[in-house]
Amino acid sequence: MSVLVYTETENGKLKKTALEVASYAKGVADMLGATVTAVTVNAESTNELSKYGVDKVLTVKNDKLGNFNAKAYADVLKQAAQKENSKVVIVSSSANAKFMAPILAINLNAGYASNVVALPESDSPFKVKRTAFTNKAFNITEISSEVKLIGLSKNAYGLKENNGAATEESFSPELNEADFSTEVTNVDKVTGKVTIADAEIVVSGGRGLKGPENWEMIEELADVLGAATACSKPVSDMGWRPHSEHVGQTGKPVAANLYVAVGISGAIQHLAGINASKVKLVINNDAEAPFFKAADYGVVGDAFEVVPQLIEKLKEFKANNA
Amino acid sequence: MKILVCISHVPDTTSKINFTDGDTKFDTNGVQFVINPNDEFGLTRAMWFKEKQGASVTVVNVGGPETEPTLRKALAIGADEAIRINATPTDGYFVAKQLAEVAKDYNLIIAGRESIDYNGGMVPGMLATLIDANYVNNCIGLEVEGETATAVREIDGGKETLKTTFPLVIGGQKGLVEESDLKIPNMRGIMMARKKTLNITEPVSGDVATKAVFFEKPAPKGAIKLISPDNLDELVDLLHNEAKVI
Ligand SMILES: Cc1cc2nc3c(=O)[nH]c(=O)nc-3n(C[C@H](O)[C@H](O)[C@H](O)COP(=O)(O)OP(=O)(O)OC[C@H]3O[C@@H](n4cnc5c(N)ncnc54)[C@H](O)[C@@H]3O)c2cc1C
Repeated sequence: MSVLVYTETENGKLKKTALEVASYAKGVADMLGATVTAVTVNAESTNELSKYGVDKVLTVKNDKLGNFNAKAYADVLKQAAQKENSKVVIVSSSANAKFMAPILAINLNAGYASNVVALPESDSPFKVKRTAFTNKAFNITEISSEVKLIGLSKNAYGLKENNGAATEESFSPELNEADFSTEVTNVDKVTGKVTIADAEIVVSGGRGLKGPENWEMIEELADVLGAATACSKPVSDMGWRPHSEHVGQTGKPVAANLYVAVGISGAIQHLAGINASKVKLVINNDAEAPFFKAADYGVVGDAFEVVPQLIEKLKEFKANNA
Repeated sequence: MKILVCISHVPDTTSKINFTDGDTKFDTNGVQFVINPNDEFGLTRAMWFKEKQGASVTVVNVGGPETEPTLRKALAIGADEAIRINATPTDGYFVAKQLAEVAKDYNLIIAGRESIDYNGGMVPGMLATLIDANYVNNCIGLEVEGETATAVREIDGGKETLKTTFPLVIGGQKGLVEESDLKIPNMRGIMMARKKTLNITEPVSGDVATKAVFFEKPAPKGAIKLISPDNLDELVDLLHNEAKVI
């Protein structure tokens, strides 16, 4: 028996979340006394997977799978799971994986638990811990179907090295016309910028920044930290920043190592969406702002003074620690 | 165009989340319920299609009688009729299976990308697969021409445009319409909603695939460390040496 894991690539390169789900799959496989089989689609190299406990890689190369296609990719994984006789299938929480997983669940007749944050608590019955109520709680979910599908939350398990040697096998699933009834006609992706989904650090600005013209310092702070930029809901509603930056309960979830909130009050809906971040720093001139109750580090001060100074200090730090 | 909008009945975003029965059940005591925000964006887009292109809009919910005020609110916003499938939603698969029974009669089915209570994010994708429809998740834009649809999907780090055909299931979110497009029902809407049809149907049986058996609240947060704005070196030091995040 092998645990099947979908290891995603971006422009042919394995994503960091791919290494995280591989690490997690190894943890599950050890519990079950199983091996790990990874599936890649149009990957240039899969060498790195050996380091994270993968025993076998099924490499799929197919020009028709150049753009992500949820139905077709679900078909690939279904056939891989059947070939490997996998009873546990693991995917990440990327936008693409979340798009595909429910389709795969039906095709495999699998119970699906999304937003899982830890290794199974037990394998019989099979119980996993997942977040619910947008990070305001956890729930322990029992999956009772024979095949189980797990969506792992980003940054919940981390990377765990596990030296081994993965064998590579080329795999050519049969795709049918019906898989391609939805067609991508245009992809509009920011290049050279860290995305909120992949960022280890996120710098976020709120209404306290007064207007879109003041975002230069937020971008600069993000730049020195190698971070993605984000914002609170009203900031995107007013059009100061694009909707894609809106984080919180009704926006994107953030599960970064460090979340920096500048001029954000810390409303419950905002906090819910960013709570899975490990360390939170708040900069706000109102010592009573609720965010101070939810953060690890805080500076009570005017963002227009604190942020430029912090940028300078971080530049010094980077220069000394380069 | 026949549009079905799936409505999840969820605790208001400001709700305190507590559990009862030995932490096995969500405590609804004192909780206000609302239309799931992602579904409200979808419903509002459906109203737009009704006004501009001509469509009938039916809303559906899988839930007990307590969810009817939420369906009435959707009718007050302008939906033509409502269906309540009389069952306690146990997991995403069960809900998708119930919805599949009614969804076959529609060509555009709009759901939210996730409900804000259990955050499963699986109902629209499962529903689409069960009824063999096309499916677009994280949908932030939707145009329809005849039986063809152009949908914009948010992806990590950008967006993509997709061309597809009916029958189509959407996992919608903000962007389908703007926040400022959301409608608060007026008195006339509320009066009319009382006269609209709310059909109650009985569920089909479905296997149990997953079950939430226990709930936990996050561990209480430790005290915050405050750093003076005049001492940002200390902040950098803490982030590096203590938190180890830079
Ligand atoms: C159904 C629903 C869903 C929602 N979903 C979300 C969501 O997903 N995400 C989200 O973010 N919100 C969400 N909200 C909105 C939320 O309730 C708050 O209104 C919002 O988060 C507030 O944004 P803010 O902190 O930027 O603005 P404010 O609450 O106005 O806070 C601005 C902060 O900036 C500080 N400030 C002002 N000047 C300065 C200065 N010079 N230097 C430093 N600090 C300064 C102020 O002290 C204040 O604390 C939702 C609301 C509802 C009803």
